[in-house]
Amino acid sequence: MNQQLLFYTLQLADNALINGHRLSEWCGHGPVLEQDIAISNIALDHLGRARSLYQYAAELFNALPPEERSTVFNSPALQEKVQMGALLDEDDLAYLRDGWDFRNVLLVEQPNEDWAFTIARSFYFDVHNFYFFEALKSSTDKMLASIAEKSLKEIAYHLRWSSEWVIRLGDGTDESHQRMQNALNERWMFTGELNTPATFELNLQETGAPVDLGIVAPRWMQKVTEVITEATLKLPASTWMQQGGKNGVHSEHLGYVLAELQFMQRAYPDMEW
Amino acid sequence: MNLFRVFRYGDYGDREAAAAGETKYDTRAEWPLWEVFIRSKAGLDHKHAGSLHAADAAMAVENARDVYTRRMEGVSIWVVESKYIHASDPADAEMLYDPAHDKIYRHPTFYNLPDELKHM
Amino acid sequence: MTEPSLQQQFDEKVASEIAIEPRDWMPDDYRKTLIRQISQHAHSEIVGMLPEGNWITRAPSLRRKAVLLAKVQDEGGHGLYLYSAAETLGISRDEMIEQLHSGKAKYSSIFNYPTLTWADMGAIGWLVDGAAIMNQVPLCRTSYGPYARAMVRVCKEESFHQRQGFEIMMTLANGTAVQKKMAQDALNRWWWPSIMMFGPPDADSPHTQQSMEWRIKRFTNDELRQKFIDVTVEQARLIGLTVPDPDLKWNEATGHYDYGKIDWEEFWNVVKGNGPCNKQRLETRKKAWENGAWVREAASAYAGKRRQRQQEKNAAAEAAAA
Repeated sequence: MNQQLLFYTLQLADNALINGHRLSEWCGHGPVLEQDIAISNIALDHLGRARSLYQYAAELFNALPPEERSTVFNSPALQEKVQMGALLDEDDLAYLRDGWDFRNVLLVEQPNEDWAFTIARSFYFDVHNFYFFEALKSSTDKMLASIAEKSLKEIAYHLRWSSEWVIRLGDGTDESHQRMQNALNERWMFTGELNTPATFELNLQETGAPVDLGIVAPRWMQKVTEVITEATLKLPASTWMQQGGKNGVHSEHLGYVLAELQFMQRAYPDMEW
Repeated sequence: MNLFRVFRYGDYGDREAAAAGETKYDTRAEWPLWEVFIRSKAGLDHKHAGSLHAADAAMAVENARDVYTRRMEGVSIWVVESKYIHASDPADAEMLYDPAHDKIYRHPTFYNLPDELKHM
Repeated sequence: MTEPSLQQQFDEKVASEIAIEPRDWMPDDYRKTLIRQISQHAHSEIVGMLPEGNWITRAPSLRRKAVLLAKVQDEGGHGLYLYSAAETLGISRDEMIEQLHSGKAKYSSIFNYPTLTWADMGAIGWLVDGAAIMNQVPLCRTSYGPYARAMVRVCKEESFHQRQGFEIMMTLANGTAVQKKMAQDALNRWWWPSIMMFGPPDADSPHTQQSMEWRIKRFTNDELRQKFIDVTVEQARLIGLTVPDPDLKWNEATGHYDYGKIDWEEFWNVVKGNGPCNKQRLETRKKAWENGAWVREAASAYAGKRRQRQQEKNAAAEAAAA
């Protein structure tokens, strides 16, 4: 059961890290100085939440029985650490797992492309995060509940920011309207995964630790519809939904994200930075 | 050549009277400039913190939050579009402010009272 | 009031350390000098986001990643404070940006050098921000009010930048052999460009004299450079790194370090656009600006629509009331 909780925590941590990483790519390249600063603030919030969650995940990992610890992850670097009796920390989890051990949803690893695509990704994710973390506040897992409590304030602001941009671009110029509609359409197929539970989530259900995605899904749809309508845009047509991220089956993009993110730890292993 | 009037800071409220010069640079596409006032904690006045650009008031408040309160500088934000600020003219400074100089009796230190006097 | 008396009033104010504020009369050259200096300073902050921004996605730990992102973001904030200060002089931010992109306005040459290893994040924080602080602290008392106030804000935030840079260098210097080598390599590459940051020697600095008289500047380039060298050499010693200047030695008589000859030919070449990254940096900035045009237009258009809808609503309400 603890392994399931580890996966669950990691899934949330990976979502936060990869999304924060993507947003941080904008730093220095934003459309206007004020928004460059705004998007970096949001990236920092996600990174901060990722750190809290990885620290908790590391605790959960270190408490597993030794035989489980050496097989939980495919990464030889992590297995070696475990065999040497080392305890893992937040950085080991972020920097030494390969893609198949990452459990973030496919949505967050999708590239920034332009401001509209970035906003579409953020908007879908922020709506989910908002209702998800609101429910996570009543998790029976005290640590997750307290992380949720703190995160919700930031997430409420993220949601406001991305919703306003959807509306601004949708109801702005003809060009921005088209770009926003196109981006929402293109990213739509990655939204189904947000509210589809993975096996580890279902396994945990009776402990009361995870969020019931059945409650989140209709709220997500309602809010998304509301904002898209206000933006004079159309809800994307229903389509085949991509799945896999939560179980470590990713798009090609994640490999490149990790190659960059983990470069230092891979090229110069076992050092203090 | 197109000439656009430029307005210098603090002239904004007196648009008609106070064009400071002309430039060939068109600034009409730029998001307007806003002045930001921050209350650093409950009980204190809002204080001018600086300015920024934003497309509308809601965005100006949010931009102010992101730009001017990154280090817990504030608990409340005011923004006002810079063009609505009216300022006194520095040329009037003597007339406006100097007459207060000889009214020192308005200050408590003007009154010579014995040191033994307490609570006053 | 006649022109000479305005000039006299201005001179008296500056001499008695009374700040000049936006609506005060000021000589045209004072205004021009300030616009040039403040916008150049703002551009340096914005272009300066790029060399460090390179490493946000590659930072070696989550803590370093967050710190670096916060730091580069701060630089954006500093650019914003400075653009705002310049705007009080009657130039728009868009016009300044246009001057940057056309090459008419300059920015600090240091940002035309590449960031090749993680240690460069340490070297930039320690040396480049260190040199910047040395330059900027006196500017908190510069004669133009909005500039001085912007600099107070900048300096408050900047001190964390230098500390995080030094912490990176210290960690590397105390680390494994390859980390120490990385730190030394970064110091070797960043030392000379950093001490060039103070600008040409006083004898070749055409604006210094006038700027000192106007109290825009408080110390000459050479004075600040010397001060920087004196403190930085000691800091390098503290973490066991060697400053790459064989002529560097303590001079008992002057109470300062003597230092070797600076390659001003390199400096002027980088200023002229021949640095390793001049083109790349400017292209990146232009691309960000051009790609953002439709976003800025959309926000303006939406704000306009909303205003109009509100006016129509108000008009309808008034009509209904009447």
